[in-house]
Amino acid sequence: MNNLLTMLSPSALHIAKRDDIVWWKAWIIRIVSVVFALIVCGVITIALTKLNPVKMYMTMIEGAVGTPRLVWNLLQNTAILLCISLAVTPAFKMRFWNIGAEGQVLVGGLATATCMIFLGESLPTPLLILVMAITSIAAGALWGLVPAYFKTRFNSNETLFTLMMNYIAIQIVAYFTLEWSVHKGSGTPRTLEFGQLPMLFGQKYLINILIVIVLTVIMYIYLKYSKQGYEISVVGESENTAKYIGINVKKVVLRTMAISGAICGIAGFLLVAGTDHSLKSETAGGRGFTAIMVSWLAKFNPVFMIVTSLLIVFLEKGASKISEVYRLNPSFSDIITGIIIFFIIGSEFFINYTVKINKTSKEGSK
Amino acid sequence: MIATIIQRAVMQGTPLLFGSTGEILTEKSGHLNLGIPGIMYVGAISGVAGSFIYEQSVASPDMMNPFLSILIPLICCLLGSALMGLIYCFLTVTLRANQNVTGLALTTFGIGIGNFFGGSLIKLVNSDVPSISLSSTSMIFKTQLPFADKLGWFGEIFLSYGFLVYVAIIVALVSSHILGKTRIGLHLRAVGESPETADAAGINVTGYKYIATCIGSAIAGLGGLYYVMDYANGVWSNNGFGDRGWLSIALVIFSVWRPSISILGSILFGFLYVIPTYIPDITVSTKKLFEMLPYVVTILVLVITSIRDRKENQPPASLGLAYFREER
Repeated sequence: MNNLLTMLSPSALHIAKRDDIVWWKAWIIRIVSVVFALIVCGVITIALTKLNPVKMYMTMIEGAVGTPRLVWNLLQNTAILLCISLAVTPAFKMRFWNIGAEGQVLVGGLATATCMIFLGESLPTPLLILVMAITSIAAGALWGLVPAYFKTRFNSNETLFTLMMNYIAIQIVAYFTLEWSVHKGSGTPRTLEFGQLPMLFGQKYLINILIVIVLTVIMYIYLKYSKQGYEISVVGESENTAKYIGINVKKVVLRTMAISGAICGIAGFLLVAGTDHSLKSETAGGRGFTAIMVSWLAKFNPVFMIVTSLLIVFLEKGASKISEVYRLNPSFSDIITGIIIFFIIGSEFFINYTVKINKTSKEGSK
Repeated sequence: MIATIIQRAVMQGTPLLFGSTGEILTEKSGHLNLGIPGIMYVGAISGVAGSFIYEQSVASPDMMNPFLSILIPLICCLLGSALMGLIYCFLTVTLRANQNVTGLALTTFGIGIGNFFGGSLIKLVNSDVPSISLSSTSMIFKTQLPFADKLGWFGEIFLSYGFLVYVAIIVALVSSHILGKTRIGLHLRAVGESPETADAAGINVTGYKYIATCIGSAIAGLGGLYYVMDYANGVWSNNGFGDRGWLSIALVIFSVWRPSISILGSILFGFLYVIPTYIPDITVSTKKLFEMLPYVVTILVLVITSIRDRKENQPPASLGLAYFREER
């Protein structure tokens, strides 16, 4: 046991924290890691499909942007993922691990669907859409505020709390999906006729994409230039510093989580009213978790998030095309996504730290 | 009938018990491994793959060596899930990556591996069977203790399970003993509470983190193996394992980081899972609300323990934080 332990501690290498890395160096490291990841994915795909690698990546590109419809699909999926990533970002910047986006999106969607079903016939469409938006924002914010309240009041662990809230939301939505389904209890979700978001220029998804673009700009400005954004980063850097300079930490935590949940609620609203026109417990489809990776990979910068969310969605669509063409299981895309994320996560180490070889260690270990 | 309910609750609870024991060991070293759901899928599919290849290699099910047909999936499962733990450790301990992000990526990856190979294994090994159904291996995994059906309710409650159920309980008890009563356990807890202090005291922080996480992952993987081989009768179905991985993480909180409480907790969670089946005239939709109960109970426990704020019932103090010796 002890021998094993000494073997595991690398004494031949010395690791030191970098002060600050030039931005282009950091991006070279990231790009190199993605290239490595693509090579590894290529090798795995070839091993499974016996396909030549160039053809494989062509199939992938074709599957993601081959036709105008696919391009719109790609943009729509990117927009939704980006929206949820924007939502979790202020919380993460504050070091509040909100991994409950999945649930917050779902309650937002549930609120939207409730309005569409019960108010659909009585309200004119513009008013109905307004009510749907407001209720879904409120529902998401409320779902986010619950763990935040217990965090500020009793210091409950927020990671675990938000995680559990997801599954409560999933089961509640599953309940209502069955209750409202075409034949009660059948599980086929009803199409919600009233209050669908309008098509712009004949494009179904354009309005979703525009809303998310506006949100991205607002979030960028909010985090970078507003007083509240500054408070968020101070609390994230050090809660004690925040207290000393007179920031009310509890208030910031509650406010930020409400914002985080509210934007998740908007994502739920866009999914139900603007995309699916129905509600299922799979409506969020794991995006609440993927968004965490998107946000983190982009270093919590809303503009970089456009790139990272596009990358993830592109890979998913491309890999699912490969699995479709070569009749592999669709989960193939999860494997590819996983590998690429591992590489990008790993590359951060080489951005933040330098590794030096210890010359003395050879004598030391004798 | 009560005996049957208890029996089914135990069977439902066993995968959760494996998962939570593994996760407790990992969390005690200060690592919140959200990859557990993925690891359990990988554990299950590794066992299935090993056993599938073995079953295909023998001419007829009667020629299978019972010893080998347990050992092969068991070893495949332990190796597969420990390998997942190693990926997690390399990224979070050595490369100091964010634990939540790494864990979630590991879950995506692991569930992907499970479903992918579950769906494509037959094609990949050029076999002509219609689906993966390891009934003969499953029969061996499900072998009951002697006298199980002769002792009435006593046999049904205590003796009627496959060996992995007893393994789960023994592993939980042993982990509980190691964590609470031995020097290794004390060191491990020190690493999770305050790695700086542990390091200063001469404890190999990195080593403990690696070993705890890999062993923890291997144990969690057994939960997946139990589910396929015993509970699901050796039939692999994609996403069949469901959200049991997340329930295991819930169970960790419910049992306030103690494997011995997990044993009872897992039976309670299993009970909550099976109880809707025994309520007359229950609708499918109401069943969904019942499935919410374990999570609600877990949140209540989380809130109550944080209100009471007793040191021994809290998560390890440095849970989720990366440790870098030169950054103090």
